[in-house]
Amino acid sequence: MFEILGLLVQGFGVALQPFNLMLIILGCGVGLFIGAMPGLGSVNGVAILLPLTFLVPPDGAIIFLAAIYYGAMYGGAVSSILLGIPGASTAVATTFDGRPLAKQGLADKALTTAALASFVGGTISVILFTFFAPPLAHVALTFGAPEEFSLMMLAFATFVGLGGDDIAKTIFSICIGLVLAAVGLDIMSGAPRLIFGDLPGFMHGINFLVLAIGIYGIGEMLWTVEENARAGGKSMLSEANMTWERTKKNVSEFTGTWKITSLSSVLGYFVGILPAAGATPGSLMAYGIAKQMVKNPEKFGKGAIEGVAAPEAANNAASTGSMLPMLTLGIPGSPTTAILLGGMVIWGLEPGPRLFSSNPDFVWGLIASLYAANVFALILNVLLIPAFIWVLKLPFTILAPIILTLCLVGGYAPTQDMHDLWLMLVFGIVGYLLRKLDYPVAPAVLAIVLGPLAEPSLRQSLLISGGDPMIFFNRPYSGPIMVVALILLFMPAFFMAYRLIRGGRPGNATSGV
Amino acid sequence: MLQRRGRTLGFALGTVGAAALTAGLCSAAFAEWKPQKPIEFVVMAGKGGGADKAVRFMQSIIAKEKLAPVPVIPVNKPGGSGAEALVYMKGKKGDDHTIMFTLNSFYTTPLRQPALGVDITEFTPVMRMAEDTFCLWVNTDKKDINSVDDFVKAAKAAGKKWIMAGTGKASEDNLLTDYLNTTYGLDMKYVPYKGGGKVAKELAGNNANSTVNNPSEQEPFYKTGDAKNKTKPLACFTPEPIYDGVPTFKDLGKDFVYFMQRSVVGAPGMSAEAAAYYQDLFTKVFNSKDWQNYRTKKKLQGEALSGDKLMAYWKHENEVHEGMLKEMGAIK
Repeated sequence: MFEILGLLVQGFGVALQPFNLMLIILGCGVGLFIGAMPGLGSVNGVAILLPLTFLVPPDGAIIFLAAIYYGAMYGGAVSSILLGIPGASTAVATTFDGRPLAKQGLADKALTTAALASFVGGTISVILFTFFAPPLAHVALTFGAPEEFSLMMLAFATFVGLGGDDIAKTIFSICIGLVLAAVGLDIMSGAPRLIFGDLPGFMHGINFLVLAIGIYGIGEMLWTVEENARAGGKSMLSEANMTWERTKKNVSEFTGTWKITSLSSVLGYFVGILPAAGATPGSLMAYGIAKQMVKNPEKFGKGAIEGVAAPEAANNAASTGSMLPMLTLGIPGSPTTAILLGGMVIWGLEPGPRLFSSNPDFVWGLIASLYAANVFALILNVLLIPAFIWVLKLPFTILAPIILTLCLVGGYAPTQDMHDLWLMLVFGIVGYLLRKLDYPVAPAVLAIVLGPLAEPSLRQSLLISGGDPMIFFNRPYSGPIMVVALILLFMPAFFMAYRLIRGGRPGNATSGV
Repeated sequence: MLQRRGRTLGFALGTVGAAALTAGLCSAAFAEWKPQKPIEFVVMAGKGGGADKAVRFMQSIIAKEKLAPVPVIPVNKPGGSGAEALVYMKGKKGDDHTIMFTLNSFYTTPLRQPALGVDITEFTPVMRMAEDTFCLWVNTDKKDINSVDDFVKAAKAAGKKWIMAGTGKASEDNLLTDYLNTTYGLDMKYVPYKGGGKVAKELAGNNANSTVNNPSEQEPFYKTGDAKNKTKPLACFTPEPIYDGVPTFKDLGKDFVYFMQRSVVGAPGMSAEAAAYYQDLFTKVFNSKDWQNYRTKKKLQGEALSGDKLMAYWKHENEVHEGMLKEMGAIK
């Protein structure tokens, strides 16, 4: 314990050197921008800036890149809330409630909540990182394909079981997402699937951003155009103010979510540690569980601040968590840490179980810099909120073309293929129609993110067991996770059966959920 | 050196100067060609994988030593074991600003998917930067497995329950697994994962029984003489030993050596001047101290090869792979 504190103090000695401190602030600023721009995201940002980092020593370089990664997690919430376009998969869950809040003229509330929740999530996870890195690395190591699949099942189950909305429609939406996720070259055999005859554009699959920007960005735009026409061309995208009074109220409302925020932080951290899972499943699960915990879940999806706090706390916590397998095992916990890992090799370091003892300055400097990065990202983010809100005050006729441009750039960036732009426009129109028909679209987005993670782990598990599904139940970590997932999944069915047997009025039964 | 072409005297002087400066390095006749826009460096794999790391490392060497007047931009085309990248390169016919970093999927993917219509002999050979090596690994918990003989005994007893983890189907790892199965009469089950790092972790976490991983991917869990090692090598598929006390399959009486090429390829139909430029550029990268250190550290072998020699190497390797794929039944 004291030994760890001593090392941490030593780490702060590295992180708080003026030059490194400057890199942290610069990195947070760059990250904030990259995260807020749809289509850029931390993966691309870190990859683009990686070659620049050989100009500084390795500890400065990793501190800079980690600050970008961190800042991007804060920034991702900004476009989710203001424009309704998730800039990265990690910020999808933030759109669910952040966007409705912005439409009600409460963008400042959503942004403040997101910034504070990110700070809490980030800080709790760095503390956990500081004290429990080695034992957790061991857990991450024993996590195999069956455990990964059980975890993905849990993520799906939190959405179906806790959905509360029309369950049939939720499942329909998930299935659509899973089918879209299956398009492209089969991960295991390399055989092309569902490529519509021979359209080369489908070969690389359907990127999550194409669906998310289509449904949220373009779909949202169509929605607003319709509202605008009804309001006689006067409606604005949203209205908000930021005054001292309002900020005080926002902060005090945020403190009311402490239970959900801290639980989401811990959850996000643990999911982030597991290799290949990353921040996205963590933030989606946190959202699902938060919906279960609040007294009035029907507010979710219509502008509940818990719905912003939970995923934001979780995705920042997960981004710290995903650094743990990177440093201790040399395995990336997320796509961004995969690039960071490459960077460490270039700088001449050897990530893996030996890194903690061979390069303590590097490791502890990085950990200490995460504490500092949290503080600066929070300050920067809060200071910029008035500027973000100012953007919203622009009339819709000016804002709409800017958003559309951002959508198109964001959809083109990941694969650089025109095919994806057409596809995105189609998704936009279909998404708009689905929403008119009251189909939830979020589960489809969830499915396209989690599908490509769940499918290989399912197939690997069954290949190992020779087709026996018991492999998910008779392993120490996988078993309990799978059981919880199945209980959550079938909970609505149990309640329905219960209601039928009692023959009572349906209205009463729901109050128990 | 020549930055921008002047019209009259400057041009003449510049050309003479540039030619004089580069005469010792490469053929002076080609010295005039220089890239006019950023060079696109296609990677046949996703961000963060072994090939991607190598490309970003070369990019950083080129930037650090100011070897090129324009930026080099890595572009990932990971789909379908390189199919996406190969089709993309095919479409870049005659382009002087697109190069690609290849693995052995350069041979196996077109062989397995003739429908792609990719003929690798049409590509422009630039430079072989290294050959990556392979070893057979098991978990250190397997105290009674210390040699290939022990391994064969254990794997035979386990039959289909013996799990060999590797990257992708019909990949290098799959070919090697198949080789071991045929040569030693085993029935190991091959389970594909995404990326060598993941494979290394599956073995270290005891979720697989063995791997045929690259040393560079498995080494986070192995260092000669370390008591905390989670995995250990039994033998390597190289001509010369990589680790002290660890034999090669050649030492064990099997006439079998296997490498994975790491070469730079130009778009089909690239102009001879551009090809010469890239050969010169990558000769400098190859000879840089950073790349040589990287080769040592990553246990890479294989000398630099370019031009016709590289093409001849491709043709030979292509035949070898065709034979291997036929044997494992992946192609007819």
